[in-house]
Amino acid sequence: MIDRERLQTVQVRTPEGVMFAYRIASPALRLTALTIDLGAVSVAWSVLAVPVALLRIVSPDFAGWVAVVGYFVLSLGYDMASEWQWRGQTLGKRILCLRVVDARGLRLSFSQIALRNLLRFIDRLPLLYLVGGVAALVNRHGQRLGDLAAGTLVIWEPPEPAPDFRAWQAGKYNSLRAHAPVVARLRQATGPAEARAAWQALQRRDELEPAARVRLFAALAGHFRTLTPIPPEAAEGVSDEQFVRNVVEVLYLSRSST
Amino acid sequence: MIVDLQRFIAEERPKWERLDVVLRGLAGDPWRRLTLAEVRELELLYQRTSADLARLAALAAESDTRRYLESLVGRAHAEIHGGQSRRLRLQPWKWFTHTLPQTFRRRIRAFWFAGALTMAGVMFGGLAIAFDPAAKAVIMPFPHLQKSPAERVAEEEGAKRDRLSGHKASFSGQLMTHNTRVTLLAMALGLSWGVGTLVLMFYNGVILGAVAVDYVLGGQTVFLLGWLLPHGAVEIPAILVGGQAGFVLAGALLGRGENRRLAGRLRAVSPDVVTLCFGAGLMLVWAGFVEAFMSQYHEPVLPYAVKIAFGLVELAALGWIASCAGRGAATRKEAER
Repeated sequence: MIDRERLQTVQVRTPEGVMFAYRIASPALRLTALTIDLGAVSVAWSVLAVPVALLRIVSPDFAGWVAVVGYFVLSLGYDMASEWQWRGQTLGKRILCLRVVDARGLRLSFSQIALRNLLRFIDRLPLLYLVGGVAALVNRHGQRLGDLAAGTLVIWEPPEPAPDFRAWQAGKYNSLRAHAPVVARLRQATGPAEARAAWQALQRRDELEPAARVRLFAALAGHFRTLTPIPPEAAEGVSDEQFVRNVVEVLYLSRSST
Repeated sequence: MIVDLQRFIAEERPKWERLDVVLRGLAGDPWRRLTLAEVRELELLYQRTSADLARLAALAAESDTRRYLESLVGRAHAEIHGGQSRRLRLQPWKWFTHTLPQTFRRRIRAFWFAGALTMAGVMFGGLAIAFDPAAKAVIMPFPHLQKSPAERVAEEEGAKRDRLSGHKASFSGQLMTHNTRVTLLAMALGLSWGVGTLVLMFYNGVILGAVAVDYVLGGQTVFLLGWLLPHGAVEIPAILVGGQAGFVLAGALLGRGENRRLAGRLRAVSPDVVTLCFGAGLMLVWAGFVEAFMSQYHEPVLPYAVKIAFGLVELAALGWIASCAGRGAATRKEAER
């Protein structure tokens, strides 16, 4: 599991000593984004084909030149222009929350964007991105040859909503709040890993099967009950899940109110 | 110890949101330059958010908040520590008269290597045709080159109508795109440790040498020069520049005499490789026009002397740009340092 995590993320340490992680985009996501981009180029070209067709009335020869050179420039320049304009994103990447980033976490330079796209000429060989696809599968950061040469990564960057705990259990009665010594003891005895496990269980409760959920919260509640004696009035009529919720709330959220 | 997330987030959230707004503003406009006050604010917000992330990482924080902060810190880090590239401005004339020739000269050894390989190919192709005329069909698999040079010259000079009439422009477009593809492939094949580029350069030379010797031995040297010089004076150097870019890439891969790591070596050469590719592309656009509108016309329509003189002027101009343009600026820059 740890190895898998390592394969899917790249850690960057800033000069300030802070670590942050990039999540590497999977080949399937990248392939889908590429397909969307190919579609976008086709659509853009079919739109541009209308004025080219009108131009053909005036000068068929010049219209032929515009068609040949225009399609070449569009297909080659689309990725470069959109990745430069949208900070490492094309339409397909934008839709799928992918982004091209510098492997060191720095801002992409134009030469990096241009080089990774110019090297599609070799990644496409012999057909259907076989060389690039194999390179991305073999490379632990999923880099095709263009990415390797340009020092770039394609990351998965789903939107991260700003955390908001204001609505979390707002206004609900917490039977533990009335027992300050119990809260203090829980705070003292609970380790970060245990607190995080309880928090995660609550965050993911809807993803669990009902039977598994009951078992999980029973185990967690049982564990917290062993840390300190719980007065009967604080536990009476409170389900295991609610008990865990109350514990997490007093641990994380409401120090001032206890 | 467990941080009081509610209070922590309530206190810090406005700063995170402000940083998010600043970063979105920057993302929306790649040309935007921040004022001093904005830079100070960005740095302050970045430092604060970094500290928050470090605090959360040390404490038992839930992963959503950490991911949110990692995303903010990652984006801000790129803005603050990658400031050099923002200075990029489109200055085509300066690029053409300074950046391109300076880059070309900086990587001149790779150009000479591409040229030497092409020359080796020229000699091989020339000798093959000279000693074995039957090799023509194998070396030059193009129908219009299969007939004898004298026949072709007679045909071209005796043509009653303009066979490119009505599609000169589209023909030039096809030449431009095809040659650009070949040149970019020559560059991209540099990633095969230069082997692919080497083969491509040699093969181009073989065809060129075979055609040249075929026409020289056929007594059509003037026609050959009039036909090839106007566009070849730019097209052949452009392909060599593509090869030069490929060998620069290959040199970074091999890393001979360098103690930097592979990623660092590639990063160091990438601006030069891109500059050379764009330079080659520009040259091929010019060559495409010349080939469609001039090279395909022979005497009596266009005197060979004019075509040859045009080619020589192009060569001289190219040689001057490659060897002299931007030199004064480079010297001044050195002196300033």
